[in-house]
Amino acid sequence: MGGATYVKNERGEIEKVILQSGVKVKPVYGPEDLADLDYERDLGNPGEYPFTRGIHPGMYRMRPWTMRQYAGFGTPYETNERFKLLIAHGQTGLNVAFDLPTQLGLDSNDPLAEGEVGRVGMAVDTLRDFEIAFADIPLDKIGTGLTINAVASIILAMFQATAEKYGFALDKVSATPQNDILKEMVSRGNWIFPVGPSIRLIGDTIEYSAKVMPRTNPVSVCGYHIRESGCTPAQEIAYAFEIAMTYIDHVLQRGMDIDDFAPRISFNLDIFGNIFEQVGKFRAARRLWAKLLKERYKAKNPRSMWLRGLFGGGGGGLTKQQPLNNIVRGAYYALISALSGTQTMALCSYDEAYTIPTPQAAIISLRTMQILLEEMGLRDTVDPLGGSYYVESLTNQMEERITEEMEKVEKMGGMAHAVEMGYIQREVAKQAYLYEKALQEGEVHKVGVNIYSEGEDEEEVQLHEYKPAAAEAQISSLNEVRRTRDKRKVVSTLRDLEKAARKGENLMPYLLQSVRAYATMGEMTRVFKEVYGEFKEPSIF
Amino acid sequence: MKGKRIRVLVAKPGLDGHDKGAKVVAQALRDAGMEVVYTGLHQTIDQIVNAAIQEDADVIGLSILSGAHVPLCEKLMRRLGEENLSHIMVVVGGVIPERDVQKLRDMGIEGVFPGGTNFEEFIRFIRENVK
Repeated sequence: MGGATYVKNERGEIEKVILQSGVKVKPVYGPEDLADLDYERDLGNPGEYPFTRGIHPGMYRMRPWTMRQYAGFGTPYETNERFKLLIAHGQTGLNVAFDLPTQLGLDSNDPLAEGEVGRVGMAVDTLRDFEIAFADIPLDKIGTGLTINAVASIILAMFQATAEKYGFALDKVSATPQNDILKEMVSRGNWIFPVGPSIRLIGDTIEYSAKVMPRTNPVSVCGYHIRESGCTPAQEIAYAFEIAMTYIDHVLQRGMDIDDFAPRISFNLDIFGNIFEQVGKFRAARRLWAKLLKERYKAKNPRSMWLRGLFGGGGGGLTKQQPLNNIVRGAYYALISALSGTQTMALCSYDEAYTIPTPQAAIISLRTMQILLEEMGLRDTVDPLGGSYYVESLTNQMEERITEEMEKVEKMGGMAHAVEMGYIQREVAKQAYLYEKALQEGEVHKVGVNIYSEGEDEEEVQLHEYKPAAAEAQISSLNEVRRTRDKRKVVSTLRDLEKAARKGENLMPYLLQSVRAYATMGEMTRVFKEVYGEFKEPSIF
Repeated sequence: MKGKRIRVLVAKPGLDGHDKGAKVVAQALRDAGMEVVYTGLHQTIDQIVNAAIQEDADVIGLSILSGAHVPLCEKLMRRLGEENLSHIMVVVGGVIPERDVQKLRDMGIEGVFPGGTNFEEFIRFIRENVK
């Protein structure tokens, strides 16, 4: 039963179904549920406002969804090999995983990085690492997701320098740094600087890439991680939208026109739980986002109104128990993603309840998406569930729930303030606890966990092994770069960076100079820490 | 331990930022009547040991999902020994593969509770084993 709470009568029949977002499901839906539906106003043809049915007229007939498995570990050499393996198996986009020291702006030889170098992603200390990781990758043909947030500006500068070095035109390459710091503060935890300066840095990347790398999506706003941390599907969209609007409002204050940057804002949203709640969620989100951009922000370019996204099968739905069941779950999540009109798809692999995926597990995830695309008829027609009494009704109700949650955040004084005060963190933690209790008390079912779990010993799964040798190799490579670079250039570019940061200039051109001089991640981050200070987590208990 | 509320320090050592589990456990322990302090993210082992001293903790509960549980636990146990704090009970939760459980027990970690463990189980374990 999974993503909903069920109340049964004494005969064991289902009496009530309550979806996680709070919507009560009726036993049957009919025309009376859609009596107020106006096709033009509420749905529109695919590719037409309000884009409920999809942002493109032909959707997957025109172009299949991009398949973008999250990958990266160890040294840039190993990561480069994994990229090539995935591309050779038909993957059409990259999504780079960085290790925790990189995500927190620490060099690999920092004492705090001990035991973590290359563990959950690739280690990056200097531009050299980017040059190695992207060697022989056709950056003009394949888009690159970069799962990086607090130091996204630095990583984006490294991406640009690498693309230039390998001779790719900057208007041909497409990077999608995650670059969503507010969700790090709510849920994923890889923050460094305080809220205000962090939003400024995001503003710098949006402003800069619109001019210099126009195909780059400078921000991928994530409901994904907040949902994975416990919030409901309606809250996921509400929080993602409030976060996105915080960044938009900041950039508008700089004097940019909404249509100059809104088309490049994308979303990263989560899938697990009830199929129909998810489909309703995505359709409602698309409609609501279009309305917000048109009505609140007066966007004129339809592209500004598009909710483009990666709708990915999340790890939150996977179980450590009976891990092979996760392959089946992944297939359903992929189906939901396709039925919801995603642009990009990714799946957590079946072994990810344990650790980062083995190559075999990553390939199974890729094949899952390919089977769906090639064998199951998901390319044939757009929005196949559109017009369903249930799905349209649920889409309407999800939109109402999302709007209610957004109003709550706006009453708190907006997302930046709500995050600084810990309001959102407290709500998400509360929801996580309620869900876990419901699971333990059997109100919510999970196969292999609280139902059909009898007699199963823990299965042996072949796991990705962390190699401490990778850390040693990375540190010696960093030392080599430090020995051979022009130290005066490093010092002078870092000094320029600091001056510009104190003056409040756009820092991207300065970061680019430091990156080209092979300044390290830690050196550049230290400049920001000195100028901006660090985020203090609000206490939520 | 009768008559005194058990004081638990829930701690996130290292760089891993996933603290849903830590926060869920903190709420469960509090609902079970214990006093709970959560350190927040990105704590060094020294910060955790200091917090345990300041809070007069009976129990330290570490939450680790990054896979770095072995080096982090080794360091914590060494530091507790150096500070003569070996009376503090240490339990660990998170993504902990079966094959590492014995290794952690051998270091002196009393309870290992991988993600998904019933609240009941670790609450009882702490009540029965706390010194």
